[in-house]
Amino acid sequence: MKQLTLISGKGGTGKTTIAAAFASLAENAVIADCDVDAADMHLILNPEIIETIDFYGLKEAYIDSSLCIQCGLCKENCRFDAITDDIKVDSFECEGCGVCAHICPEGAITMVERKAGEAYLSETRFGPMAHAKLSVGEEASGKLVAFVRDNSRDLAERYGKDLIIIDGPPGTGCSLIASITGVDMVAVVTEPSVSGIHDLERVLGVAAHFNIPAVVCINKYDINEENTRIIEDYCRDNGIDVVGKLPFSRIPTEAMMQEKTVMEYSGNELSGEFSEKLKDMWRKVMRSLN
Amino acid sequence: MKISIASGKGGTGKTTVAVNLALSLKDAQLFDCDVEEPNCNLFLGYDLEKVEDVNVLNPVIDKDKCDFCGKCSEFCQFNALAVLPEDVMIFPKLCHGCGGCSIVCPNEAISEVGRKVGVIEGSVNEGLVFYQGMLNIGELMTSLVIKVLQDHIDTNGIAIIDAPPGTACSFIASVKNVDYCILVTESTPFGFHDLKLAVDVIRTLGIQFGVVVNLCDIGDNRVEEYCIEEGIPVLMKIPYDREIARLYSQGIPFVNEMPEWKERFVKLFRDVTSLYEMGNCSEQ
Repeated sequence: MKQLTLISGKGGTGKTTIAAAFASLAENAVIADCDVDAADMHLILNPEIIETIDFYGLKEAYIDSSLCIQCGLCKENCRFDAITDDIKVDSFECEGCGVCAHICPEGAITMVERKAGEAYLSETRFGPMAHAKLSVGEEASGKLVAFVRDNSRDLAERYGKDLIIIDGPPGTGCSLIASITGVDMVAVVTEPSVSGIHDLERVLGVAAHFNIPAVVCINKYDINEENTRIIEDYCRDNGIDVVGKLPFSRIPTEAMMQEKTVMEYSGNELSGEFSEKLKDMWRKVMRSLN
Repeated sequence: MKISIASGKGGTGKTTVAVNLALSLKDAQLFDCDVEEPNCNLFLGYDLEKVEDVNVLNPVIDKDKCDFCGKCSEFCQFNALAVLPEDVMIFPKLCHGCGGCSIVCPNEAISEVGRKVGVIEGSVNEGLVFYQGMLNIGELMTSLVIKVLQDHIDTNGIAIIDAPPGTACSFIASVKNVDYCILVTESTPFGFHDLKLAVDVIRTLGIQFGVVVNLCDIGDNRVEEYCIEEGIPVLMKIPYDREIARLYSQGIPFVNEMPEWKERFVKLFRDVTSLYEMGNCSEQ
């Protein structure tokens, strides 16, 4: 079984649009939406949820005020400023380390499990899908990404699928790393703006750091062809394949408004041409992956 | 006054709004809190100087004192320590620096040493003070870098904060203590869906906020209709404009080339200030 993650560094370059198109082109794949704190793939794929699993993130300190003697030791020892001056827990700051519970001389603090979101196993018109929703204000997004990936592997085994297409989050931190560790390849979706290039280089650095092979897709290549050449030169110099270039187009937005993948949408005079480019990109991605 | 520019969905124009707003004001401070992918300075082009390193305290084991009892690894919620019969393995990237292992060690065998996970850089210019945080490649402690960066905010002045995308910890760290949050979105199904997620979090935090609709002529009216229904102020609309897109791709702040926008950003700031003051009055 192979795993492919679409990433970008910078947000809004077209990861989800391309991931959804790939999902429709793949013959035997599971889809995983690992952008768990701003998940959008379901808006196109309309998954029918088969199973919902509660997700428990990091534990959180709970102070029993009837036992608390306001000695302040917990506040003093908390490195995350998660105990307020009046000795209350600030949920947004608590990282669940348990130092306060250990240090409290009155045994007034316990660490409690907290539901931090839901993970879903679903069916879509393109095959099974693993996705999730982080609860409002919850923090353990990296852990939830890892949970979605576990679920996607279970689905692949259950249904005999040989590929997992993962839609990754933006950035280079915890969630991004959780979405690429152990995958066979990443496809980086970039755009020819100074921000796109800068973020591409950083995220390729993360992939290299974890020894994960990468290919690059250039979206909206015609908004700045000079920058597109800079990206192509950079990739050539670093031995990275550019698997395709897509022009700036309103097609992705138009398709999204109808809850369709770009491949399913035919309402624009350039739809056919745009879809051909994506098919070609998909073939090249598959060739690199295998 | 601290104003955060945030969004939920990535690529909606947070950095564009933050940079152009900061450049339109006199004597503002701009903080790039998207420390995983800081982009503001691509548009400012300042020579940045290092202000400080961001360090996490990681455990160091004195193997002469350690009797491999395993209490440290048992305590660690982040799986950053593994105790073997005659060795202790440390996984520095998983360590949050809580210090619990050194507290629970019965043999005082654990001390702590700072490990660099990022850097704060800055540049003081006439009219604009700029700071950014940068998380090192392969590191996880995004929120720590954001918190250290925010220690440099002069709360007597105007501070514009460019937040990271998403709605999780790094987003919360960037908006938690601000006076007002500007949510930048597009009126597409993705933009709208992620806007609602961001609104949920901002409301939970009890922060006043308004919306800027970017690429307002792409998609439909769903964002504006929602804002009217929910009583959320729409602070500015930016149309799709090839000139703005071209300047963006080249890393040029568009207020520098299109001065009429400078006035609009000044008005945006004035509107935000009055909304904030009104909001404060109604709370009292």
